[in-house]
Amino acid sequence: MYQFSGRLKTLAIAFMVLGALGVALGFYNAPKTLEDAKEIMANQAAHGAHGNDHGETKHVEETHTEKKEDAHAEENHSAENSHSEVIVEEVQADSHIEDESHSEEIKEVLEVEKVHVATLDTHDSDNAHGASHDDAHAEHVFHQLQNRPWAALYVALLFFLGVTLLVLAFYAIQRVAQAGWSIVLFRVMEAITANLLPVSLILLAVLVASLLHMNHLFSWMTPGTFTPGHENYDPIVDGKSGWINAPWWMIRSIIYLVIWNAYRWFIRRNSIKEDTAENISTYKKNYNVSVIFLFLFMITESMAVWDWIMGLDPHWFSTLFGWYVLATFLVSAVTTITFVTIYLRSKGYLPKVNDSHIHDLAKFMFGFSVFWTYLWFAQFMLIWYADIPEETTYYAMRFNEYKGLFLGMVVMNFVFPILLLINSDFKSIPWFVVMGGIVILAGHYVDVFVMIMPATVGAQWAIGIPEIGAILFFLGLLIWTTFSAFAKADPVAKGNPFLGESEHFHYYNIEHRGEDADAHH
Amino acid sequence: MGAHEASKVIHALYNDDEILMDAVKKVKGEHHHIEEIFCPFPVHGLDKAMGLAPTRLAITAFMYGITGLSVAIWLTWYTMIHDWPQDIGGKPNFSWATNMPAFVPIMFELTVFFAAHLMVITFYMRSKIWPFKEAENPDPRTTDDHFLMEIPVHGNEEELKTLLAATGAVEINVVDKH
Repeated sequence: MYQFSGRLKTLAIAFMVLGALGVALGFYNAPKTLEDAKEIMANQAAHGAHGNDHGETKHVEETHTEKKEDAHAEENHSAENSHSEVIVEEVQADSHIEDESHSEEIKEVLEVEKVHVATLDTHDSDNAHGASHDDAHAEHVFHQLQNRPWAALYVALLFFLGVTLLVLAFYAIQRVAQAGWSIVLFRVMEAITANLLPVSLILLAVLVASLLHMNHLFSWMTPGTFTPGHENYDPIVDGKSGWINAPWWMIRSIIYLVIWNAYRWFIRRNSIKEDTAENISTYKKNYNVSVIFLFLFMITESMAVWDWIMGLDPHWFSTLFGWYVLATFLVSAVTTITFVTIYLRSKGYLPKVNDSHIHDLAKFMFGFSVFWTYLWFAQFMLIWYADIPEETTYYAMRFNEYKGLFLGMVVMNFVFPILLLINSDFKSIPWFVVMGGIVILAGHYVDVFVMIMPATVGAQWAIGIPEIGAILFFLGLLIWTTFSAFAKADPVAKGNPFLGESEHFHYYNIEHRGEDADAHH
Repeated sequence: MGAHEASKVIHALYNDDEILMDAVKKVKGEHHHIEEIFCPFPVHGLDKAMGLAPTRLAITAFMYGITGLSVAIWLTWYTMIHDWPQDIGGKPNFSWATNMPAFVPIMFELTVFFAAHLMVITFYMRSKIWPFKEAENPDPRTTDDHFLMEIPVHGNEEELKTLLAATGAVEINVVDKH
């Protein structure tokens, strides 16, 4: 039996405490009033990094994004097109008189988005509400600044929830496929899924807090969004009110979490029962339940991702979003399994795990990295090609405000794993796999970051104490739950009928280090 | 001890891949050269046991893939940008880079196409097989359920026969190779 070592325990607690402090500091530093926010904005303007010019562009862009979609829904297309040309000229002419740099920025936006009508609306609204413009902008930024600690928590929370959930799904796939190679890794996977319950509970708390307006993560929760005639009325979101409405959204969220946690609870209990089972019926029952879980998982995962991530941009939609996020979490989950396996093996607790098992895990890391890229690009290319305004806003925001992260993560999640893990020999060298894995995990955290931040904090993003604190907290939690769960059961799933196959697993193309080279099975 | 002794070979037949693998190790352990083994299906690890050098096919596949990628980049640039600029969906033309996302599927497909086809052709050439070639297979049973190990004889016929019989061969024939 494994003993959760004191040093690792201390590390996990230190991570959690430090992380919690970072998160708390984030909340403490968030502006409490509009005046605080204005002061922060003034500081930003003075420092120039997120300076005024830049901020102005953001604002124009955000405003028109919203306005444009209203216009799109209400007006008819030919009318839009006929006067949009005129307005573009008008905008440019006006800008020239007013301010040279301003016009440059507007042109830039036009080029990026080609949403002429939108700019027209911005222009009109700027004229109409000239006085209230600054206040409206300040309030918008105020909400974004207030959101930052919440969003930082939310990104790390969803990342770790996703990783844990996909470890569970990967494990269920092993059972359903009756895979032979992975049995010696079963207890590792089960141990990681112990993290599912705590992160589910924290997520529930955050979702409830959102519904109670303690944050502004979900723009559709703004009062008045569904009330015709209200100033916050949003006809597009109202059109989706059959799906996006508070009670049904909350009920769905609870259903997903209950299904996942119920399977986790059942399969862990019954997997341990397999160890002492006298016949195959426990194994068969676990198989059947895993089939049902996978079926439900594929549906609930997609829907959860719509609700918790795509719902942050309620105007925008992508039909393969569920798959895309699945790929992100799946590759991260396999990487996490690999890390825990390599660690426990190096400590001697997994004597049955050989180089071929590591090789297989690394193959999955490599393969799913390519799969992720395929989906990432498929989603991007269709939207880029069609160039429909309500779809391109999503990428326009990311290319304008998150360009480094957005393109950097493609290097981290695709180019790096390809170059590092394409060679068969490297896939069974632990330090090499760990190196690739660290980049993969960081890259996919950035992926989730770029999914969530633009809609919640807009241009006010940073990777600072709140973000790193949240990562540390959930990392500490994952270490704590994983290793204490691993210590509670036999490290080998010895009742599994395929255990022998797994122990003798040898990928013919590699040699196991530290083993008789002549050994073959 | 005739003049044609140099082209004499022993054919040892086995009916199980595990027995074959052990036999190969034993024969190699006695420092005999194995000329060739004919199998009805690929036996994993056989190449290593025979002491064959690792295949370089993967390296060629990588280079073919790079070639395919380059051809795709050239093709899309020449046909879509340079020779006859195409305006599809109002995308900015006269520039390959800004149209690049549209060309990614082509780049992907040609990379795979080149890697796959050229790799197969390379494999054929290295294995010296081509369409309508007469089979070199010495015994048709190796296409069904037998494995055949071919060892050249250098005046050690009896020694080899004894050794092979001990490894579990179901049949041992000495033949003149043409």
